[in-house]
Amino acid sequence: MMNHELKMIPAREPPVMAVGVLAWIRNNLFASTLSIVATLLIVYGLFLSIPPLVQWALVDATWFGADSNACNREGACWAFVTARLDQFIYGFYPAEHQWRPNLFFAQLAVLVLWLSLKWTPGKQWVLGYSLLLMPFVSWFLLYGDLPGLEKVETHQWGGLMLTLLLALCGMIASLPFGVLLALGRRSNMPVIRSLCTAYIELWRGVPLITVLFMASVMLPLFVPEEVVFDKLLRALIGIILFQSAYMAEVVRGGLQAIPKGQFEAFNSLGLSYWQGMIMIILPQAMRLVIPGVVNTFIALFKDTSLVLVIGLFDLLAIIQAGLNDPAWLGNSVEGYLFAGFVFWIFCYGMSKYSQRLEQQLHQGR
Amino acid sequence: MACQSTASDSNNNYIKGANLMDELLDRSAIKDSIKKDEQAEVDIQHESGIDQSTLIEISGLNKWYGQFHVLRDINLNVSKGEKIVICGPSGSGKSTLIRCINCLEEHQEGSIVVDGTRLTNDLKNIETIRREVGMVFQQFNLFPHLTILENCTLAPIWVRKQSRKDAEKVAMEYLERVRIPDQANKYPGQLSGGQQQRVAIARSLCMNPEVMLFDEPTSALDPEMIKEVLDVMIELAQEGMTMLCVTHEMGFARTVADRVIFMDEGQIIEQAPPEAFFSNPRSDRTRKFLGQVLNH
Amino acid sequence: MRAFSLLAKIKKGRYVVTDPKHVSHKANSTPRFLRELLRLWRDASFRPLIMQGTVVLIIVMLAIWVISNTMHNLEHRGISTGFDFLSQEAGFGIIQSLVEYDESHSYGRTFVVGMLNTLLVSGLGIFFATILGFLVGIARLSSNWLLARLASVFIETFRNIPLLLQILFWYFSVLAALPHPRQSYALWDSIFLNLRGLFLHKPIIEQGLLPVMVSVLVAIGLTLLFRLKNRMRRLDTGKPIPGASLWMTALLLGIPAVVWGLSGATLTLDTPVLKGFNFRGGIAIIPELGALLLALTIYTAAFIAEVVRAGIESVQKGQKEAAASLGLKPGKVLSLVVIPQAMRVIIPPLTNQYLNLAKNSSLATAIGYPDLVSVFAGTTLNQTGQAVEVIAMTMAVYLTISLTVSLLMNTYNKRMALIER
Repeated sequence: MMNHELKMIPAREPPVMAVGVLAWIRNNLFASTLSIVATLLIVYGLFLSIPPLVQWALVDATWFGADSNACNREGACWAFVTARLDQFIYGFYPAEHQWRPNLFFAQLAVLVLWLSLKWTPGKQWVLGYSLLLMPFVSWFLLYGDLPGLEKVETHQWGGLMLTLLLALCGMIASLPFGVLLALGRRSNMPVIRSLCTAYIELWRGVPLITVLFMASVMLPLFVPEEVVFDKLLRALIGIILFQSAYMAEVVRGGLQAIPKGQFEAFNSLGLSYWQGMIMIILPQAMRLVIPGVVNTFIALFKDTSLVLVIGLFDLLAIIQAGLNDPAWLGNSVEGYLFAGFVFWIFCYGMSKYSQRLEQQLHQGR
Repeated sequence: MACQSTASDSNNNYIKGANLMDELLDRSAIKDSIKKDEQAEVDIQHESGIDQSTLIEISGLNKWYGQFHVLRDINLNVSKGEKIVICGPSGSGKSTLIRCINCLEEHQEGSIVVDGTRLTNDLKNIETIRREVGMVFQQFNLFPHLTILENCTLAPIWVRKQSRKDAEKVAMEYLERVRIPDQANKYPGQLSGGQQQRVAIARSLCMNPEVMLFDEPTSALDPEMIKEVLDVMIELAQEGMTMLCVTHEMGFARTVADRVIFMDEGQIIEQAPPEAFFSNPRSDRTRKFLGQVLNH
Repeated sequence: MRAFSLLAKIKKGRYVVTDPKHVSHKANSTPRFLRELLRLWRDASFRPLIMQGTVVLIIVMLAIWVISNTMHNLEHRGISTGFDFLSQEAGFGIIQSLVEYDESHSYGRTFVVGMLNTLLVSGLGIFFATILGFLVGIARLSSNWLLARLASVFIETFRNIPLLLQILFWYFSVLAALPHPRQSYALWDSIFLNLRGLFLHKPIIEQGLLPVMVSVLVAIGLTLLFRLKNRMRRLDTGKPIPGASLWMTALLLGIPAVVWGLSGATLTLDTPVLKGFNFRGGIAIIPELGALLLALTIYTAAFIAEVVRAGIESVQKGQKEAAASLGLKPGKVLSLVVIPQAMRVIIPPLTNQYLNLAKNSSLATAIGYPDLVSVFAGTTLNQTGQAVEVIAMTMAVYLTISLTVSLLMNTYNKRMALIER
């Protein structure tokens, strides 16, 4: 007999092994024989390596001291880092003027926060300041030679300050060149197109180190004898030449993503090439390429460490120099770990930021 | 003749299309109809009772994509206030024809004169013509990073050199006429397709053009949105705007058009007032095409 | 336009005062010339020509300026030009060379030595980085949570630290902490690891060994042929040759073994022996090469792992499900459906990573591994002072490598794109 009365089935709890912590552990750690073996091996490996590492780096470590002798040989000698921290940050910048680099750092922190937080107003003005004025303001702040600001020669600059300055200036200066090169590579004019392509492929095809050699050795030959570039400026020129080629490729990617209809629309409205590019195409393209720009910035930030080979003292070079100090021999591991840690914080932070931007872009479409 | 077009052409697609067309179509039928066609032109000049001053004058227009002959000996005069609907199978060159008028595509032979300005290599002339000719695209092509209002004021401010205030006033007027003034501060992405297309029409009108070109304005729209766009276009037609419209909306052609042009294989096969065109098409090819378009 | 006519007016006025006769001619011709220029500038087919011409002119002028400056500077500093220096005696030693080299060889020879060393470290680096990168990339997608975490920690750590720092770390911190030769770590008394490097046996190829090596090649060829044949048969008849894998093993091992037995050759090894303070004989991998290779491998592997992960993830889940629902076994799903599609995505960025590795090998100069930059753009440049020639040659080598590879890549991409349609 058909029973017309519908009997509702109440929702029941799932089996214990299907949800919750136990299920997660089973599915993610012990799913198969191979998985079990891998889990056990990794746990054993971590058990062997982590405790001694913690013991060395934290428990037995010496944090402060005047030289290597103050350090406990069983643990890490962080005293090397703490004793020279000033140098690692400011290079040989005179101590009484260190408020200037501090101001530079503070300015960067404010700008970065301002641009990355959601609720801050006037982002376009801040961005404009960062891209147009900030490099010059920073330069005059650090270099001085103005009334009230004493001159500090660039050979006294170094450490983290120099690393940041090189990366930022290289990046910001290469942006406009990159945009122009990208437009040139997409141009209808064959001569301009091939010139831009040749430039881009040339710099992308050679290692940065040869570019830096070129900038430091050949650049003085290229200009009249009276013109003297200082070492920092030469490195910066090399970096900009190199970086603008990479920037151009990133921007080109953005330009290619703009539909053809946008070009036709501004043409049919009677806007000229440059009007259309500046008001229609570039604003859209630049928004698309921000993640790519951040990624090339990360690459450049890491690459600034190469200035070591032409005798500038960026963060890595100054640590490397500190390792040869007779008072601090045998602390290379601590030095490199510190440098690695600082670079890692910056690069990892930026790569997370760029990933977040990329996700936002995908959601926005 | 070189146009200052920043977009690159995709020649390959057209060439592919050409081969396909050759296979599909019976060429002899078309050739027969060409002779009749010349006669038709004369008839129309007599029939239409509109203002005789010519706004667009196209004569002997020829265009090639590489080896492919897309437009063949096109002769077309458009009078002031005239509404023309161009139809034809895909790949027949109808979009290419109207895109030649504002120099989005360059042509190789023949002449185009718009409102007394001849389309030549002179960039000044191209600018003048583009100012006088408005265009509405199939894909709307609104600028997604600008608000609706900014979309409408951009060209008046930068091309017509109007003040922002004046431009905004005019823009709001036109937005009201296309019935979306309340969306002025939204971005194109927040609007439906029909609304976007109406904005695109308003954007062109803000330049106060002499002629409006419509390149399949309803083809990318969902069926329920086609009407709202067509209504705006009909209104515009009734106000006396000169219009060249590539579309498959035969109902629109019947209501609005002064003349319907049928194109195939890059040629104008037949042109006639809508009543004559729909009730008594002269060439077989037109009949076949109408059969396909109207019976579905 | 207004500016031009104004200019013409000013000129006209001045000429009236000086020479009325000349004026009428000048006053007429100048505006006409300008008008003509303006007409050309407004012409859609001439404006690009004018602009391109201007750009070329500026570049040529810049080049002339740079060249004349350089010539002047070089002369002033007494540096000779040209490539004659390549045949001069170099007079410095190089710690590792794949070809015969000593102080008496020429600078040209140092160029070759450096280039070969660069190619060596690039080739080895690419080999190891590919293996490690694929392993880490696959581990990153493992269903085992710990393994996936470990792989992602590896990736995030090593790709966010400058390569130069990693090279210095391996060289000065790790390899420099190894024991002296007398206290070497030894494995089976045949592989030694110490401060001076890694020492391996070096097989010496004698006369009798030659047929054996030929037979190895023949065996590999025959096995591949057999495999192909088996595959054809499998596709033709639906059934493979019975015991195919057994046959293949037999072919691969049997032929060389038989030939070896018949020829009676003996394999001699050049064993590294401790003499004085260092090992002599065998193959020595100097610590500079070791550190560079370690750093390049790990750094590039972190990037390759990401490439591999992205490639595998790019294959839509539906593809796997469709293949599985057709009844393909998991192994076949991978080898017939997932991997071919993933490789298409992986190969272009992978090649890019290879190029990066080759370019990054130039960091060798920081620890003194004698690569092209270190030997040629370093020592040779310092000794001869001929910066322009030396750096141009160095850049040309890298540029040639890069352009060749990207040319090949473009052809590959085009072919792939065509197949896709």
